[in-house]
Amino acid sequence: MKLTQGCFSFLPDLTDDQITKQVQYCLTKGWAVNIEFTDDPHPRNTYWEMWGLPMFDLQDAAGVMMELAECRRVYGDRYIRISGFDSSHGWESVRISFLVNRPPQEAEFELVRQEVGGRAIRYTTVRKPAAHATQ
Amino acid sequence: MNAHAGTVRGKERYRSGVMEYKRMGYWEPDYTPKDTDVIALFRVTPQEGVDPIEASAAVAGESSTATWTVVWTDRLTAAEKYRAKCYRVDPVPGTPGSYFAYIAYDLDLFEPGSIANLSASIIGNVFGFKPLKALRLEDVRFPVAYVKTFQGPATGIVVERERLDKFGRPLLGATVKPKLGLSGRNYGRVVYEALKGGLDFTKDDENINSQPFMHWRDRFLYCMEAVNRAQAASGEVKGTYLNITAGTMEDMYERAEFAKELGSCIVMIDLVIGYTAIQSMAKWARRNDMILHLHRAGHSTYTRQKSHGVSFRVIAKWMRLAGVDHIHAGTVVGKLEGDPNTTRGYYDVCREDFNPAKLEHGLFFDQSWASLNKMMPVASGGIHAGQMHQLLDLLGEDVVLQFGGGTIGHPMGIAAGAIANRVALEAMILARNEGRDYVHEGPEILARAAETCTPLKAALEVWKDVTFNYQSTDTPDFVPTALETV
Repeated sequence: MKLTQGCFSFLPDLTDDQITKQVQYCLTKGWAVNIEFTDDPHPRNTYWEMWGLPMFDLQDAAGVMMELAECRRVYGDRYIRISGFDSSHGWESVRISFLVNRPPQEAEFELVRQEVGGRAIRYTTVRKPAAHATQ
Repeated sequence: MNAHAGTVRGKERYRSGVMEYKRMGYWEPDYTPKDTDVIALFRVTPQEGVDPIEASAAVAGESSTATWTVVWTDRLTAAEKYRAKCYRVDPVPGTPGSYFAYIAYDLDLFEPGSIANLSASIIGNVFGFKPLKALRLEDVRFPVAYVKTFQGPATGIVVERERLDKFGRPLLGATVKPKLGLSGRNYGRVVYEALKGGLDFTKDDENINSQPFMHWRDRFLYCMEAVNRAQAASGEVKGTYLNITAGTMEDMYERAEFAKELGSCIVMIDLVIGYTAIQSMAKWARRNDMILHLHRAGHSTYTRQKSHGVSFRVIAKWMRLAGVDHIHAGTVVGKLEGDPNTTRGYYDVCREDFNPAKLEHGLFFDQSWASLNKMMPVASGGIHAGQMHQLLDLLGEDVVLQFGGGTIGHPMGIAAGAIANRVALEAMILARNEGRDYVHEGPEILARAAETCTPLKAALEVWKDVTFNYQSTDTPDFVPTALETV
């Protein structure tokens, strides 16, 4: 399964050159850039691990790309995403988020159905154990 | 034409009989509206021979304290405070016989937090008034003090995006088609294919409620199976707007509760359920972590013709106060009415915290929203992937783009249609952020993306020549230098 979270998951994986341009876009907007990684890409997992603090005062995307290279060196077997955070009033939230690294074997999910009253079903999305997941 | 108040005061004012509205205190050209006044702008078209000032004063009178004759019981009240005051009348540029009338209402005339009360006052009585040939409510300015009496959007754009974990691009949706006749089981199939393909949302149409071919519980059950399967298959949060519109509030609450029980993140209502029902559902949505989608069913009966009715910008303002999260606000390029400038005005009403007066967009007043949540505009009706660059340029990124026919009518199937739309969108966002001139290079950017995406290639081929170029009926009337705002 190709995890399709983030802004550009339906395109071929971004090259470093393309990532640099998106980071530069964030910096031009005055957004803080954040690198996060996880081995738990469940759609409801809001809090991925932070690779250091958000980078608030950068001018040049090169700084982010250096951090990304370092993050990939350590956590290249996990999902890594870059996000741009806008602290201006009325937003104070993420304004863009996209994947920049995928593990060699992508996560897979399955649906657990619990039959409850009437025909209603409680749904839970759970991670398939890695052994059963297909490449 | 704005000189001479001529208001009669004291004992003479209350002599029994009939008196012109403009002499009763409803025409006060020297009045300066207070920051706490509600201000309405009407387009007044008097009958032949009726003085436009008198017609406008009559609108002020009949939408506040007046009746057709003088009544002595006015003297038991602080009547001058409660009278709405028409303070300015201007000829509508380029439209002989029509006038823009500015009317100020004291805040005490309105119940806090009630669109029903507000609208009953301002549009309740005057639209059938005989001396007027036609009347249109063009715009309303709400004082911050009144804005703050409303809940506002239950969720808002920011929190909606956080809940969905989707940032930096328009959301993608599709209305299930055919809009009538599918069984629950078949309906859910369309939802599943579209969401699995790559859309964020699917949607019930305005008239899908509970009919012989598909009762509401069946639809909800099959749709939530589809949503959850698509979610597990993609690792993304997905949703479907379950239309809970029904004949009674009790039925609507029952449907809303069932949607919640099944884990839906969003429910939907139609504008025709009425303002009070909308506010009730907005409060329910806030209490239950639910996004509330509003389909503006029926609005064109009174918003489309420029001479008579209520402008959609007023409806959009009322709905932001009332507390819906999504509102259909036009596509410009699609199959339904939508002048680009007028539509831009609607989108600004939905999404900005402060709207400066902008006559070319139909916004007559500065309007502060006082940190009320932002409302997500929805563009739906006759749009397709080949227009992605235009849509992004005209509507921005905080919008739901709904490709119903443009997804379900795809020659390779529904999922392929969804993929085509998502790839086109992501390619366009990528190009925009890279600083490319995406509006002009749009077709080229799409063609390039289609090289590695057969569904997009097919979509561009099928719908390449589809456009809806008709004259708009609802366009702003303004002369930038001749009209100033208050």
